[in-house]
Amino acid sequence: MSFFKVEQLGIRFGGVVAVNDVSFEVNRGEVFTIIGPNGAGKTTIFNLVGLIYPPTSGRIEFEGRELTGMAPHRVAEFGIARTFQNIELFEHASVLQNLLIGRHRHRATSLWQELLFLPSVRRREIEAREAVEKVIDFLELAKYRDSLVAGLPYGVRKVVELGRALATEPKLLLLDEPSSGLNPEETDDMAFWIEDIKKLLGITVLMVEHDMNLVSRVSDRVLALNMGEVIAEGTAAEVQSHPAVIEAYLGGAVK
Amino acid sequence: MGLPYWAMILFAIASMAIVGMVAERIVLRPVLGYPAFTVVMITIGLGYVLRGVVTMVPGWGTETYALRTPFSEGILKLGDVVLAVQQLAVIGMTALLCFVLYLFFRFSRIGIAMQATSQNQLAAYYMGIPVRRVNMMIWGLSAAVAAFAGILLAPVTFVHSNMGFIGLKAFPAAVVGGFGSVPGSIVGGLIIGLVEALAGFYLPEGFKDVAAYVVVLVVLLVWPSGIFGETVRKKV
Ligand SMILES: Nc1ncnc2c1ncn2[C@@H]1O[C@H](COP(=O)(O)OP(=O)(O)OP(=O)(O)O)[C@@H](O)[C@H]1O
Ligand SMILES: [Mg+2]
Repeated sequence: MSFFKVEQLGIRFGGVVAVNDVSFEVNRGEVFTIIGPNGAGKTTIFNLVGLIYPPTSGRIEFEGRELTGMAPHRVAEFGIARTFQNIELFEHASVLQNLLIGRHRHRATSLWQELLFLPSVRRREIEAREAVEKVIDFLELAKYRDSLVAGLPYGVRKVVELGRALATEPKLLLLDEPSSGLNPEETDDMAFWIEDIKKLLGITVLMVEHDMNLVSRVSDRVLALNMGEVIAEGTAAEVQSHPAVIEAYLGGAVK
Repeated sequence: MGLPYWAMILFAIASMAIVGMVAERIVLRPVLGYPAFTVVMITIGLGYVLRGVVTMVPGWGTETYALRTPFSEGILKLGDVVLAVQQLAVIGMTALLCFVLYLFFRFSRIGIAMQATSQNQLAAYYMGIPVRRVNMMIWGLSAAVAAFAGILLAPVTFVHSNMGFIGLKAFPAAVVGGFGSVPGSIVGGLIIGLVEALAGFYLPEGFKDVAAYVVVLVVLLVWPSGIFGETVRKKV
């Protein structure tokens, strides 16, 4: 049984075929990266995995269970978390509150228990807080703990979003362009974190990324996409030197 | 209907909660994900339609009704100050309602999920929050709170189909206090109420009606996001 599998996935938006017949498998514990020029369909694949869009064709399987067709909020319950290309945070809440919402699915207390202030409620809250503090330590967010997200610099917001995803304790983490908008130093931190997420936390990472330095550094395997279709798959070096990939990027540059 | 006051309150609140949820399901679910302005316009339109329908019902129509409460008539004397027991009861119940809502949004899992959903639906999905169901509960809760507010207001203004327009006064109160802050809207409401009452007493005729808006202007000049609003400076 494969850990995560996408089979002949396809979606059309009106006349646009955004993703066409895409199949790949991600093994437990690896960093699997999808590259491709703008508009290749990378984010759309994430939206399909996140069940935001229903696919026109194909299926998605996670730990042997089919995801496609389920309600989108159940993705988290399966142990899949995500960050977004254009940061999607709870803007009017503090960093701590954002991370605590990441614990939502683990706080299985009912309103009645909460109204009665049962000890189990208190225990869950302490558990949530402890889990979140670990993430704060891991990502060095301590000094922003009580800051309002809306006022933070872009680079920090990006890390907060990663933290919120980690707070859900995922088995599979989807990162949509984790380095976009970051300066070289922040990108370097991000690379370290992705390595640690894989090695220390044992979380499998499925990533979309443009920065080929970062891709080569952290990826076990790479998949190249162009105009919604898979054009190459292999190690970072193999994919980068693949004629179809060079062609796709040059073609994009000429346009 | 011949039910006792308390039973009637519960009945009204429960039925309005259901009305709110049905309205969400039928009228608002189709625009899930659209900008807030769309939702605002739809609810304003829905309000007009419902008021229109109510005035057409024979026997309800455009009449004004009095609502008898267990508190009616009594008067409390504190030295020179004379207070109507009924109004004290209304103030007390309002304070209680605010306190309960504050606790609900601050501490309960579902209250926090409601806030998350209202701030970012997409992100809420990935936190495992059933966004559609939560939205329906938000509308149910809003309608229930509105019903409760209506019941509290009834002894003061009487019951008629346009009593909802007092909500227009709530808008400056929310702006002054800072949108999205429960303590803020209470303080905002008190400020607006006091200024209005004082303007009505000390200033010439007509000033009472614009007083609220003058307060809004002044407050926004000093605190652009309201007194309790979060201060966020956008980087340019
Ligand atoms: N909701 C949608 N409605 C219509 N077209 C869409 C939608 N989402 C994506 N598309 C189209 O699908 C194609 C792939 O878009 P996608 O966002 O997946 O690209 P991408 O590979 O993530 O690109 P980038 O590197 O710029 O982020 C584009 O042509 C885009 O316009
Ligand atoms: Mg993209």
